[in-house]
Amino acid sequence: MGIRRRKYEEIFFKKLALLSSIFLVVILLVIVISIIIKAIPALSIEMISQTPKGGFYLGGGGGILNAIVGSLYLAFGATLLAFLLGFPVVIYMNIYANPNSRFVNLLRLVLDILWGIPSIVYGVFGFVIMIFLGIKASLLGGILIVALFILPVIIRSIDELILMIPRGLTDAAYSLGSTKFETAFKVVIRQVSSGIVTALLIAFGRAIGDAAAVLFTTGYTDNIPTSLSQPTATLPLAIFFQLGSPIEAVQQRAYASAFVLTVIILLISVITRVSARKYKKFKV
Amino acid sequence: MEDNTHIRTENLNLFYGNNHVLKDVNIAIPDKKITAIIGSSGCGKTTLLKCFNRLIESVDDVRITGKVLVDGENIYDPEIDVTRLRKKMGLLSQRPFPLPMSIYENVAYGPRIHGIRNKKQLNEIVESYLKQASLWEEVKDRLNTPAVSLSIGQQQRLCLARGLAVEPEIILGDEPTSALDPQSSKNIEEKFIELKEKYTIVMVTHILRQAKRIADYIIFIHLGVIIEAGSASEILENPKEKLTQDYIRGVVS
Repeated sequence: MGIRRRKYEEIFFKKLALLSSIFLVVILLVIVISIIIKAIPALSIEMISQTPKGGFYLGGGGGILNAIVGSLYLAFGATLLAFLLGFPVVIYMNIYANPNSRFVNLLRLVLDILWGIPSIVYGVFGFVIMIFLGIKASLLGGILIVALFILPVIIRSIDELILMIPRGLTDAAYSLGSTKFETAFKVVIRQVSSGIVTALLIAFGRAIGDAAAVLFTTGYTDNIPTSLSQPTATLPLAIFFQLGSPIEAVQQRAYASAFVLTVIILLISVITRVSARKYKKFKV
Repeated sequence: MEDNTHIRTENLNLFYGNNHVLKDVNIAIPDKKITAIIGSSGCGKTTLLKCFNRLIESVDDVRITGKVLVDGENIYDPEIDVTRLRKKMGLLSQRPFPLPMSIYENVAYGPRIHGIRNKKQLNEIVESYLKQASLWEEVKDRLNTPAVSLSIGQQQRLCLARGLAVEPEIILGDEPTSALDPQSSKNIEEKFIELKEKYTIVMVTHILRQAKRIADYIIFIHLGVIIEAGSASEILENPKEKLTQDYIRGVVS
């Protein structure tokens, strides 16, 4: 192979990689800018500080505070629940059981399949269960189903992090006389803490952005929920309902809602990343 | 050979799957001496060392028969409390693995999990073991910085301090100087000579000169079989077995 050809190959691939990266940034900018442009007419303090007033969906006054608060409740609740359920599973898979055993690998396969199931299927499944148990659409129902839906995300992302921990580190902990519990909760968790934050963030993003899983399980209301048994509005559904309106002013509110959703995800992303940096410097 | 040493093995056999790695190992490690396990790479040196504190169990598909006796107890007895066993032994691995926490926390970790909570007592422990590992002067002003910010040589001394803080009776070294620069290696070797007053030291090494410099007792292992074991002068100057002679002369590598 000629030296010229190798050189062109190198240049070609370098340009291609750069172009793809630029393309990605442009797409992101187009999405964000188009949302902002369409959202501007409807953006106001009222929009984020008030619940819908009468005739809101026909262009009347009020805001989407119900959906903002509802989405935050739902996403925080589901992420917390999924972490509390998922973390012991990860520890079992990697510390108590043999991480390379047939059973644990089967578990990984099952989780990867669950990860791939569309959220509407979880929504329908939740709906069927709730009818069976006689539960109405509520914040609790939504939290349970969304937690189930993000559980594989949390488990598998933390699992991959722990798999990357060098054997020597856990050996060091064991040889100091640590129990498996101490190794898991004093050493392993610190080593992967910054990664756990990222995993929770991805899970939170899926939880707050998903419309299908909450469609049947959480319901929709103009009020801010005051208990777990009440139906709850969410931002993705607020966007969906408003965008379906024939009235232009209401459609603009859909973009304003989308903008609010994007800002929330952005804020949480920045906050968690800054707080994760503190732990990262101890990582071995 | 004495029967009442800290560590002894009786007909120890170890298999990785169908691979017979250690074959009928019968050895006694003399107390308060430096014992070097030598042999070519892949012959089972590290495996043998990891049998002593049962770290070998975390490897897949391992089967062990025979006994390893530590202070007279067979450590593969299901009744044995493995954390108590491991507390008796400090481990220095090939490459240092500080825990993901500060310098101070690394040394305090062991005493803490074994029940010491008093802050003042912990401060004293940390200072005293960092001094024993000759690291105190270099780190006393930055005890709260991450342990990974230290150089590799300092990290290995930190790992030594961390291991000593658990107050073991035995120190296991798995080629503890192989990742270190010459000066840091020398530090560790000097430490070992100092420490054998109080501790029984077993180290795996692939550096024959290192064994010559510091070992009192040498075990030569070849393809999982103990070929010869005896005092350092005996093995190095007057080996009985042909294989040992070849290894010492550098024929087998």
